[in-house]
Amino acid sequence: MIKRFKPVLSAVALSLALLSQGAAAAEEQFFPIPGYRVGPYGANGQAFYGGFIDYLNYVNLKEKGVNGVQMTWEECETEYNNAKGVECYERLKGKAAKSAGPIHTMSTGISYALIDKTAQDHLPLAMMGYGRTDAVDGSVFPYAFPLVTTYQMQASAIIKFVKEKLGGDLSGKKIVYLYHDSAYGKEAIIAMEAESKLNKFDLVQIPVAHPGNEQGAQWLKIRQEKPDFVVFWGWGVMNQTALKAAQKVAYPRDKMIGSWWTGSEEDVVPAGDAAKGYMAATWNVAGKQVPVIADIEKVVYGAGKGNLQDKAKIGTILYNRGVSAAVLSVEAIRKGQEKYGKGKALNGEQMRWALENLNITEARLKQVGATDLLPEIKTSCDNHEGSGKVKIQQWDGAKWVPVSGWIEGNKALIHPLFQASAKQYAKEKGITPRDCSKEK
Amino acid sequence: MLYREAGQFKTTYAADQQLFPIRQDRIGVLVLLAVAFLGVPLLASEYWFSAILIPFLIFALAALGLNILTGYAGQLSLGSAAFMAVGAYAAYNFQLRIEGIPILISFILAGLTAAGVGILFGLPSLRIKGFYLAVATLAAQFFIVWCLTKFPWLSNNSSSGVISTQQLIFFGHELKTPVEKYLLVLSIVVVLALAAKNMVRSTTGRAWMAVRDMDVAASVIGIRLMRTKLLAFAVSSFYCGVAGALYAFCYLGSVEPDGFSLDMSFKILFMIIIGGVGSIMGSFLGAAFILLLPIFLDIALPFFAELFGLPFSSATVSHIQILVFGALIMFFLIVEPHGLARLWQIAKEKLRLWPFPH
Repeated sequence: MIKRFKPVLSAVALSLALLSQGAAAAEEQFFPIPGYRVGPYGANGQAFYGGFIDYLNYVNLKEKGVNGVQMTWEECETEYNNAKGVECYERLKGKAAKSAGPIHTMSTGISYALIDKTAQDHLPLAMMGYGRTDAVDGSVFPYAFPLVTTYQMQASAIIKFVKEKLGGDLSGKKIVYLYHDSAYGKEAIIAMEAESKLNKFDLVQIPVAHPGNEQGAQWLKIRQEKPDFVVFWGWGVMNQTALKAAQKVAYPRDKMIGSWWTGSEEDVVPAGDAAKGYMAATWNVAGKQVPVIADIEKVVYGAGKGNLQDKAKIGTILYNRGVSAAVLSVEAIRKGQEKYGKGKALNGEQMRWALENLNITEARLKQVGATDLLPEIKTSCDNHEGSGKVKIQQWDGAKWVPVSGWIEGNKALIHPLFQASAKQYAKEKGITPRDCSKEK
Repeated sequence: MLYREAGQFKTTYAADQQLFPIRQDRIGVLVLLAVAFLGVPLLASEYWFSAILIPFLIFALAALGLNILTGYAGQLSLGSAAFMAVGAYAAYNFQLRIEGIPILISFILAGLTAAGVGILFGLPSLRIKGFYLAVATLAAQFFIVWCLTKFPWLSNNSSSGVISTQQLIFFGHELKTPVEKYLLVLSIVVVLALAAKNMVRSTTGRAWMAVRDMDVAASVIGIRLMRTKLLAFAVSSFYCGVAGALYAFCYLGSVEPDGFSLDMSFKILFMIIIGGVGSIMGSFLGAAFILLLPIFLDIALPFFAELFGLPFSSATVSHIQILVFGALIMFFLIVEPHGLARLWQIAKEKLRLWPFPH
């Protein structure tokens, strides 16, 4: 008799034990991850989300979670497709009601589609280096965070670097802006134009139609123009094609600077020789010499819990970028727990506060072993970007080598552009902006 | 037995010519509408509204538009997504530039704009036919997307070309929740679907079908080809345009030109092929099949994987989903080349005799 009831009894006992423990039961911090590993950009997603999940696992293994709160997550495949992204978000958001980490979609299109929805559902949307850039103005976009830096600030930082290279004066110089003719490529034009007016250089804009595997005409034009520098906003197959085309017209590659989506191993390795000397912006360095990356390989892959099937991707630019996104998210959780109680999972609203009050110093980065994975970040209600700094790296034929320190874009020039755009958005949508001076 | 119309005598012309001449059909449609308008809002969750029902209705409307053009008038088109883009951007601009314009009016104007563009790209149909016409409509697909990227005025000088739709104000009330949006979309789709059903049995619809079956014969019996073909393009684009406006305003909330890619046009074409070319109901069945099956597989596969202890990652699930989906499309096309709507017809014929087949 007793035997037959044993499972029931033990279940009752277990549930009683759980009840009596109440809130003391193991807390979990849930990350909804609408990511992609298949489709046209699947390779990029594999590295990025592999790094992201590896770091969450690392936190779980190494320090048993953040103050005992375990990181959990669920992935949903978006294939970089907006409609699928929305479907994934709707599917995951039910699970994120109680605790929610920042949502990283790594897709500008999906981020745009989620901005209104996340604000309505009170879930924090992180857009590291992509997405809607005027969300820097947190008074209009409380739940959207274009963290670290934006396209416009990046363009401004690149111009600053070029200016230094050309001896501190750009007047009368000529810069070509070669871009992917899409939402992504056009984002930075407004900043380039502002910079050209300020620094009095000639700006020549040359669009390349998607997918950009034929650029003969564009590079012929560049050869005629003889620019002092080419700033390059490419994507996918367009990047290697541009490098090969530059080699063909004998334009020096060390006078080309790309955005951070043109500066991964996937972009330069196929170009072979032609890529040597080429520079690109980034906010995270590549390589396994970063302590936390080496430690992840040891701890997570040592325990057989690694997320990547292809271990060669560890230490690539995009893998490290995934880790940097996870570091940022976990640091935000720490910050949130300081306010809302250590050892407690944070819900979407608490997470939002945490992301808005981040203060990650160089010392703290060193502590977690993430030096050079991120610049210092300090966010606030009217600055959801938090940094605006990038590094310039150069491809030496085998690996990416940083050739500059942190360079900050011209905030005084760029941020008013965001505010104007956010204001227009608020008007269109009937949003009353928050008063940032009253936020704490 | 269930579906026998014996004993239903038509004594007036009106009764003979009504939209659904069989009583069971009338009851069925009414029950379906009652469920959709009253039952679903009570039962469905938010996920169902915003991720499944709203896109299903919107794509059904777009498929309906393409079905009018391809299924009824016989003009193959690969530009449906582009006409949706026209509708989406037109509705956005009407809302933006005309102060206080009611949302329904801008949807209708968006449809009319798309109809205008549709007529323009339908002009080649007067000279070329079949696959050659399909290639000509491809031009619409590429030209419109290029145009929306090229002229910043169309996206209100948004630096990225992405538009964020305005609030949905409906008679002074803002539609915010998924349920309200669902009801708005449902009402529009029901009205337009009934209108389409009515249209295809009218003179216009008969003229379309005559042109589809043999345009030389149609012109011999006095059907004006130019008018008929261009009307088909206009009506079809109107439907696609309204679908596009709903896609932007009620589903995604923000759209970019690149989102209305050739892929989407193909998707809509597959919907009518699977659902049934030349059938109003087929548009709905096809949209349901193409949209819901991948989501179903996406949710069901990990469940089965866990059940049998298989190590599935989300990438594997995605790959298997594409495999199964492709295989099922082939299966359906081999077993029933006339689409799901034909299956329903066969079922109806069987039900007429059931349970005593001879």
